[in-house]
Amino acid sequence: MATVGKDATSLGTTAPTMSPDLIMQVPEGVPAREMSYQEAIREALREEMLRDERVFLIGEDIGVHGGAFGVTRTLFDQFGPERVRNTPISENTIAGAATGAALVGMRPVAEIMFVDFSGLAMDQIANQAAKLRLMTGGQCKVPWVIRMPQGGGAGKSTAAQHSQSLEVWYAHIPGLKVVHPSTPYDAKGLLKAAIRDDNPVIFLEHKFLYAFRGLVPEEDYVLPLSQCDIKREGEDVTVVALGYMVWHAMAAAQTLADEGISVEVVDVRTVSPLDEETIGRSARKTGRVVLVAEACRSYGPTGEWGMVVMEQAFDYLQAPVVRVTGRNSPIPFADSLENGVWPDTDDVVNAIRRVME
Amino acid sequence: MEVSRDTLLEMYRRMVRIREFELAAMDLFKRGQVKGAVHPYIGQEASGVGVCMALRKDDLIAGTHRSHGHNIAKGADPKKMMAEILGKETGYCKGRGGSMHIAAFETGSLGALAVVGSGIPIAVGAALGFKMKGEDRVAVPFTGDGGSNTGNWHEGLNMASIWDLPVVFVLENNRYAVSTNIRYSAKIEDLSIRAQAYGIPGVRVDGFDVLAVYEAAVEAVERARRGEGPTLLVTEAYRFEGHYAGEPEVYRDRAEVQEYRKKDPIPRFRKYLIKEEKASQSELDDVDAEIRQEMADAVKFAQESPQPDPATAMDYIYA
Repeated sequence: MATVGKDATSLGTTAPTMSPDLIMQVPEGVPAREMSYQEAIREALREEMLRDERVFLIGEDIGVHGGAFGVTRTLFDQFGPERVRNTPISENTIAGAATGAALVGMRPVAEIMFVDFSGLAMDQIANQAAKLRLMTGGQCKVPWVIRMPQGGGAGKSTAAQHSQSLEVWYAHIPGLKVVHPSTPYDAKGLLKAAIRDDNPVIFLEHKFLYAFRGLVPEEDYVLPLSQCDIKREGEDVTVVALGYMVWHAMAAAQTLADEGISVEVVDVRTVSPLDEETIGRSARKTGRVVLVAEACRSYGPTGEWGMVVMEQAFDYLQAPVVRVTGRNSPIPFADSLENGVWPDTDDVVNAIRRVME
Repeated sequence: MEVSRDTLLEMYRRMVRIREFELAAMDLFKRGQVKGAVHPYIGQEASGVGVCMALRKDDLIAGTHRSHGHNIAKGADPKKMMAEILGKETGYCKGRGGSMHIAAFETGSLGALAVVGSGIPIAVGAALGFKMKGEDRVAVPFTGDGGSNTGNWHEGLNMASIWDLPVVFVLENNRYAVSTNIRYSAKIEDLSIRAQAYGIPGVRVDGFDVLAVYEAAVEAVERARRGEGPTLLVTEAYRFEGHYAGEPEVYRDRAEVQEYRKKDPIPRFRKYLIKEEKASQSELDDVDAEIRQEMADAVKFAQESPQPDPATAMDYIYA
């Protein structure tokens, strides 16, 4: 089992220990192969394009170049320039064109090169796509996906304008769905669900996770949106985590299991609309909650999850809820400074110890 | 260009329908029955009608905050529009959109997008969809002079031009972006030359002359339908009323408004129809009376319609 997955030692000082549970996520008995998060996303795109001719890709440098992170590599050769549509640098019109095409029956999947650039597309995403269905009294639907890499991590050093975690920008807008998978298995299944969904879906991919490997079923499968996933069952404390932080949460859970603390890890997976039930149920079960997200602290996702815990599990809590988050800072360049603003496994371990006191 | 008598009369009818709709809407607004805002299209009727009469029903328009006129020009029902601006369940958008967001998908209006310039990328995407599906439909986004200064507009013209998409970009130069005259916001006087930057035809017409607009639109639409790409069509117009009903208009002289009002497209077209013996005075009087009645009926329908049930406030957020 330990041989599956990327060697942790190559990932830098803050990388989590690889979690076998995340790597081997495929249900028992289902034939599977190992692939990276990036390959899983590409496979979802390829399969959906083969399944439905209305699905097409649109974005900057996604053609021969294969996108800034190589996600669409080979798709241009397979599907050609009509369906893998390279655009000028025009984020707002990429998003708007996806909306227009969706309105006339297509199923566009757009790529914005970095989530940081999506501010340029914010009017089309937040004011137009998210609101068209309501504004028109249900006359239309906007079935698109916009894929955006986000986040940072050990050794990547892409600095302040290429490293943010911005899920809450979009989670705050009713009408949008926001997804952020943590594993290859989830990435493929959730992206297929997002493409088949009739609403605009912001699909955030974690840049550092692209290289992470795990098992993915051979067969076609789709995972439900708006459903948290219990990545590890436990009795003593609930850790609610998102994206890359799920790996830190799993590593922390493993470390503490050796000390006799049983940690339940809830992977949020869909940021909005949020599966409040699963978070509430887990919090009521364990009575202790740690929330972990890479985004900066203030008005970040942990604030929302914490209120869900208050609303659904207050009477069951045996300790104040603790959160582990990125600090309220633009992301600095140097490795040492990056490590100073992002949480890691040790931070999660310490937080769990605190709620167990 | 030979234009049939039926088409000419339909142009007249739609222009009068827009004028009467706007007068009725402004009246309701002044009486406090319309919440929010009403942005009248009065004075620009020839522009919207000239363009939309050149379109098929399955062609799509994208509007702005000032799109009552575009919707009527494309064939929308004044009853459902009036009900919408009064926030009624019987409105096109079931009272969820209001004056600034009237969409009538049944007549090929994919919506009024009230962030200036934002309809451009959406229309470009609709045209991309048409092209990918092998349909010969055309998408027509309307903007004003103000909209043509947005990034959306320039990105959209560029993208449509590189892919030869079937779009006719209609720029209705009504001279004012809220209070700012175009001479303060553009270095050039002839906005149609902006098309040159994108390698597409730029056509400039008298926006008070419905036939001139129609002829230019027919040519642009045919070009788009043939797959030869987009056109920028600038209609030189003027906004007779304030930015919104009741707006104080401190930024322009009354004399300027009076000067432009002499160009009113409706009496001008009326004179033309009579002079060319396309219609008699009494025929046109009958059209006017019929439309006034239609508008009285629309107002009554809207006033008597129910507001949406608050229990449905969370409907239509997700599909």
